[in-house]
Amino acid sequence: MDKIETQNFIAKRVAKELKDGDVVNLGIGLPTLVGNHIPDGVNIMLQSENGYIGLTEAKDDDKIFEHGKNVVNAGCKPAGIRIEGAFFDSAMSFAIIRGGHVDATVLGALEVDEKGSIANWIIPGKMVPGMGGAMDLLVGARKVIVAMEHTSRGKAKILKNCTLPLTAENAVDIIITEMGVMKVTEKGIILKEYNPEYTVEQIKEATEAELLIANDLCQMQQ
Amino acid sequence: MANKIIDIKGAANLIKEGMTIMVGGFLGNGSPHKLIDVLVEKGVSNLTLICNDTGFTDYGVGKMVVNNQFQRIIATHIGTNRETGRQLNEGITKVELVPQGTLAEQIRSGGAGLGGVLTPTGIGTIVEEGKDKIIINNKEYLIEKPLRADVAIIAGSIVDTFGNVYYEGSTRNFNPLMATAADIVIVEAEQVVEAGMLKQENVVTPGLFVDYVV
Repeated sequence: MDKIETQNFIAKRVAKELKDGDVVNLGIGLPTLVGNHIPDGVNIMLQSENGYIGLTEAKDDDKIFEHGKNVVNAGCKPAGIRIEGAFFDSAMSFAIIRGGHVDATVLGALEVDEKGSIANWIIPGKMVPGMGGAMDLLVGARKVIVAMEHTSRGKAKILKNCTLPLTAENAVDIIITEMGVMKVTEKGIILKEYNPEYTVEQIKEATEAELLIANDLCQMQQ
Repeated sequence: MANKIIDIKGAANLIKEGMTIMVGGFLGNGSPHKLIDVLVEKGVSNLTLICNDTGFTDYGVGKMVVNNQFQRIIATHIGTNRETGRQLNEGITKVELVPQGTLAEQIRSGGAGLGGVLTPTGIGTIVEEGKDKIIINNKEYLIEKPLRADVAIIAGSIVDTFGNVYYEGSTRNFNPLMATAADIVIVEAEQVVEAGMLKQENVVTPGLFVDYVV
């Protein structure tokens, strides 16, 4: 698989975690692709931290505006809104996020560790974009799904302990990569599903954290 | 009743060297773009900025960053403006990064007469450095202080002559919060109408918060 195929493969599996009626916030990058893979019959409401619920693709007429006009997503790109949607201010947006009213959030990560701690907002001295809404989403969303490639240039990203400054501690519930689906529990990280293109040994080798194997380990759902 | 409409140059003159300003908008969506352009032209500097982000180098408040008008920036995200990163790395500008939900509540509490807010966001991260913590019902919270500014410049889609503001689409974001938390509040209107033209129930920011309409 090339990079785009890999990202879509991960996004497709993430989409199966979402249930009909869920309020969902998708991070930028790979997580945004999840919206393209929602199974038929599952209706989700996307929350956008810049102040609305019911995010959709922009209509073609709106796409002519470089930064959108009056309806943009959290990346300042033209967007649309569902008929059931609503606009609100940033305090309300984060009351929804922090207050436990978002059913699931999907975020990328630089590092995740055995305790479910996650680093994805800063590489000191190199990249300082800021945390935006990520810290609030990690603390407040009912289910936190990390969607990322399993390694970065051959280096493990699922670690015993994160080395970069944390975005949140003990926050991640599920990690989904091109190699498999892992659940973060009090005992550690459990491999629940694996991609048959890899052996369990290969997945363990690509993971610095100790990987526990589920009794009911199965092939990744597709 | 006093007429709040002033010309854009007069509004820009209210912002003086060394002041703390709040600028509404989210990556430029819902920002007062015309006022920003006049402030860039004027070049007033040594300002402290409170804004969600620093926009882009050629869009939103980012233009003022490029023009070196801030000595300190409080924001949640600076990644879309490489100039902010450069000024931070070279020690030209102080940048304090704040979680977005925390910034919203700091501004809200600043405008609501509160002594700040208690939030679980940032616990266990470098955001908690130097801040007090408190345990309520067995859960740990950070004490985040209120934020206020000398001047807030915000944007409204339809504003009446009394300063009542209606926001279209996603342009609302930080604007209604900032309208409550500054000594002087200036609204840049996309469209100005006579008082009475906006239905009262569609008013999001009541005109009592607004000092000037541009």
